[in-house]
Order: sequence, then structure tokens, then C-alpha cells
Amino acid sequence: MKKTKFIQGNEACVEGAMAAGMMFYGGYPITPSTEVAEQSAALLPRVGGKFIQMEDEIAGIAAAIGGSIAGLKSMTATSGPGFSLKMENLGYAIIAEIPLVVVNVQRSGPSTGLPTSPSQGDMMQAKWGTHGDHPVIALSPSTVQECYTLTARAFNLAEKYRMPVLFMLDEVVGHMREKVELDSSLIEVIDREKPAKDDSSYLPYGVEGDSLVPKMAPFGEGHRYHITGLVHDETGFPTNSTKVADKLMTRLMDKVEKNKDDIIDYEEFMTEDADYIIFSYGSTARSSKQAVLDLREQGIKAGLFRAITIWPFPEDRIMELAEKSKGILVAEMNLGQMVLEVERVVNGRCSVNLMGKGNGEFISPEEIVERFKEVM
Amino acid sequence: MNSIVQAIESKGYDKDNVCVVSGIGCSSRAPGYMDFNTLHTTHGRALAFATGIKMAKPHMKVIVISGDGDATAIGGNHLIHSARRNIDITTIVFNNNIYGMTGGQFSPATPKGDYATTSPYGNIDTPFDIAKLAEGAGASFVARSTASHFTQLTKVIGEALDHEGFSMVEAVCTCPTSYGRKNKGFKGNPVAMLKYLKENSVPVEAVAKLPKEKVEGKIITGKFVKEERPEYTKEYQKIIDKFKEEV
Repeated sequence: MKKTKFIQGNEACVEGAMAAGMMFYGGYPITPSTEVAEQSAALLPRVGGKFIQMEDEIAGIAAAIGGSIAGLKSMTATSGPGFSLKMENLGYAIIAEIPLVVVNVQRSGPSTGLPTSPSQGDMMQAKWGTHGDHPVIALSPSTVQECYTLTARAFNLAEKYRMPVLFMLDEVVGHMREKVELDSSLIEVIDREKPAKDDSSYLPYGVEGDSLVPKMAPFGEGHRYHITGLVHDETGFPTNSTKVADKLMTRLMDKVEKNKDDIIDYEEFMTEDADYIIFSYGSTARSSKQAVLDLREQGIKAGLFRAITIWPFPEDRIMELAEKSKGILVAEMNLGQMVLEVERVVNGRCSVNLMGKGNGEFISPEEIVERFKEVM
Repeated sequence: MNSIVQAIESKGYDKDNVCVVSGIGCSSRAPGYMDFNTLHTTHGRALAFATGIKMAKPHMKVIVISGDGDATAIGGNHLIHSARRNIDITTIVFNNNIYGMTGGQFSPATPKGDYATTSPYGNIDTPFDIAKLAEGAGASFVARSTASHFTQLTKVIGEALDHEGFSMVEAVCTCPTSYGRKNKGFKGNPVAMLKYLKENSVPVEAVAKLPKEKVEGKIITGKFVKEERPEYTKEYQKIIDKFKEEV
């Protein structure tokens, strides 16, 4: 299937989800993510998929988790206030190891904030929002085309690692319209590994050999078992053994930690000979790229590091870049979130500064250049 | 729990097709003891998870087990919307008039004046009539029985299971450990509490014939609502079928 369209990022996200095999959407309307729900409502029944608008944000993610447990690739979408509400069930999906894609089209916060203005203010919340220690995968698209391809990747990571994947757009990427090639041949599709129907030794949370991901039998297809948010052993039944808890927590964290090479994605532009790096992601990276070109024109050897996977954080590459750079400028639509990670990882190897805005305004290339000159 | 499994057993369902979902609380631990597809979710959210399961696999028998706090406090919104949608899920609310798991706090079903750890001077809240709440929200099958009416409870759960649409059975039960220690002079005696349920229940059919004093404060048991209405997943399937036709 190949089509060229001129659509919004939110709509492209749904196209990517459909290409990856999404068959269930449970959610609730919230600006600026509502188009994701609307597109899903329109497209899903055409292919026998299921859409349900639930009574609140919490029910939205709960229904999507239920859909995934029953065997369908599922998605939900929201923005800041809904993201906050979904946190408890997000943690549930993490410990119960349920594949899921959770889209956050970030708007300016906190609280009701500026509902129609962009921000990248939920990036730390993506990692720490739900209580307890937990692994996180979060991706950030920069273009409408990437909303298509990267959403599919989000589904693949969710299926491969049996966990929710957070898809962090911002209102700019979500609402802007660009040309997009909807080409299913661009999309690789990964499905969760299921046990054989007659496998009597199947343990829903057991792993074999080096694997860190248990096979997942959908409910209603021949394997009956218990799923709970309580700490549980390989049978799925709850336990309060701290030994078992340790084993489970280690494996959950290792799912991401030991597979960083597979999960981490980034894009570099003119970093080979760069003296200075601009670290950015999402729509801000578009302005950052232009800022690099503008700085180069002024004789400054700048380069762009665009993070595509935000969590797990691309520590190794940032450390490498810090070794050979004079400084890193982090450009993000917030008052300083990913800059904290950059600072932590760089650990004094070079200077780290912030070009941050948290007032609902998009960051322009000129602002980045001006800030660069101010601090670098 | 006994009534539930007996009722399910009597229907002869394929166990692989049965999914039991619960929230958080003592009653919500029940599915962990049952040999079906069992899902122990977050506090109050069982119906929302169950809705996802049922929408994805409408042929499955989906049953929700919840408590009075789980279903009518934090879960209240999901209860009324599931009823409104008339989605084919059978919900059994174990109403023991207290939050037992957390040590005995009052719930939206605790009688006014009763004592609980967060109402040490007497509960000033007026409780829900859970059956009326479900009826008001549009549930197409509503019934109430008690743990002391094993035969009636099992029978009415069976009818709820048979009913196509949202069915709710309020199963009044006891919490000797928490509620029973502070109230009605039970002194934590489980037998006394079960006896109380038996002696203070009035079948709905008898209510009209009895004087007001004999009905006030009593547990009214029986079937209150049984209507046939379009079921949610079937209505959604009609949309899907329309596209199949076009192809």
C-alpha cells in the first residue's frame, strides 16, 4: 500500500499504528491529541478493529490494556492532564508486562496550562511519572513522516519487550501538516511472541535461557493464567517474597537496560567535525537544525544531535560527543528537563547550557543562535 | 465466591472463554483462586479493563468481581458508564459495608451512624443503595442477595450470567474482622453477622404487602430489573459489518 498524503502528525500517527497492526483504541478526547482518537474511530472498524471512547482518561488506558491482554495491538492518546491521570495504570502495564502504545501530544502545563500551545514539558514525567522503580521506553518524532514510521516502531518495541512505549509528540508536530509517504513497505511489523497452544509448560512470566521477555498468551486462546499488579512470580500469582520481587524488578529493568543498543535511536547532523553540539528532540530539533546551518554560516562549527529515543537516554553517544566538544546547548520547549540528563551524563567533560522556553511558544532558529552566542 | 463458581460451573462454559476481572480489596482477591483467565487490576478500574477485554473478544464471558468501595467510590464512574453502555459484563459487588483490606474505613455503603476507623465518632455520610444506583445508571439486570442466601444468590448470579447486557448482582456479605468489631454489637462474631443477614432480609415481592416499619433498614433481596436492550459490543459489530458488506 502506497499513498502520498498531506496530513497532520496526529493523523500520521494513526496511519503508522494501523500499518503496525493496531486493532484496538481506547481513549478520551483532550486537546491537542483528539485527532488521534478521531482518526482511530474512523479507521479501525473498517478493518474489523475496535474503538471505544471511555468515560475518562483512566478508563481509556485501562480499556487499551484490556484490549492488549485479549490479544489486540492497542493504543491510547492524551496530553498533559490525561498523562498525569494515566500514571497508575501505566505502572500496571509495566509490571504486568502488557504491550501498549501511549501517545502524549504535549501541551503547555502545568495543570490546564495552555491547551492549544506546544511544550516538551512532560519528558521527565515520562520517566518518573508512575510510582516505584520501573523501566521506560519513550520516543519523540520530529516530522509528520516520522509520526508515521516511528509510531510503528513504538508498536514493535512494545510487542518485542512486552511493555508500554510512550510516544511523546508536541502540539507542533501533532497539528502541523506535511507531506507524508504512507508506504507499508517502509514498515516492519513485529508481533509479541506467543507460546504454542499445546505448550503445557508455559509460565506467563517465565523466561528461558538468555531471554528477558516472557512469551505472552492472549486471554481466551487456550492458556489460562492470572495477571496482577502485585509483585508476582513466574506463574503470575502474587507473592510478598522480597527474593522474588528482586528477581522480577531486575528482569524488568534489564529488559530495557540490556537492550539499549536495539532500543536507542538518534540522528546526527554535521557532528563529525563539530566544536559545539546542539542537543534537541521533537519539533524543536527542526529549529535546531536550521540554527546549526546559521551558525556554520557564521564560521561556528556546530552540529546537531537529535534524540529519537529519549528514554533510555543515549548516554554512551552523549559521553563520546562531550569528550570531543567544547560545549553542548540543549534546546527544548520546557524550563530544563533533558538538559539535566545531559549534565548528568557529561559530568563536567564540557559545558552544558540550556535554551529553554516554557511559555507555550515554539523555539525559533534565531532564538537558538542568539542563546548559543550568549552562553557558549 | 462459592456462589459465583457454582453458578459458572452450572452453565458449562469453556474455562478458556471465561475472564474474571477484579479491582482492589478483599473481594478482589477472589479471582486469584479461580481457574479462568483472571485479571487483578487497579483500585476501582476493573470494569474499564473488562470493557477492553470484552470489546476485543466479545465471545468471552466476562465477569467482574468488586467490593462496595471499589465499585461505588473510586470505581463509581466506571460502574455507571458500563451500565449505561449495556455492555455484556456480569458484575458482582461484594457489599460488606466497609473498606476491609485497609483495616476498616467507611465506604459509600456504610450505614449512617456506624463506626469505622475514619469515622471514629460515627459515620455522617448517607450510603448508596447500590442496586438503585445501577438501576438509575441504566443497568438492564439488577439483583441483590446475601451470603446467607446461598441458593438464591447462586441462582441470581446464574441469571445474571445468562442475561445479555450489563448485569449487576449486589451480594451483601460480612466483614467480621473490621466492620463486625465496631458495629451493631456483633463483637466480630461471624456467625452472628451471617444470622443478621438472614434475619434482616426481605424479598422484594413481599415489600408491598408489609408495613413500613418491617421494611425500613432491611436488606431487600431479589431481582429488581430485567430488560432486554441492545448490547454494546453487538452494536459496535454492526458498524464493522457495514464495512464488510461494502467490500
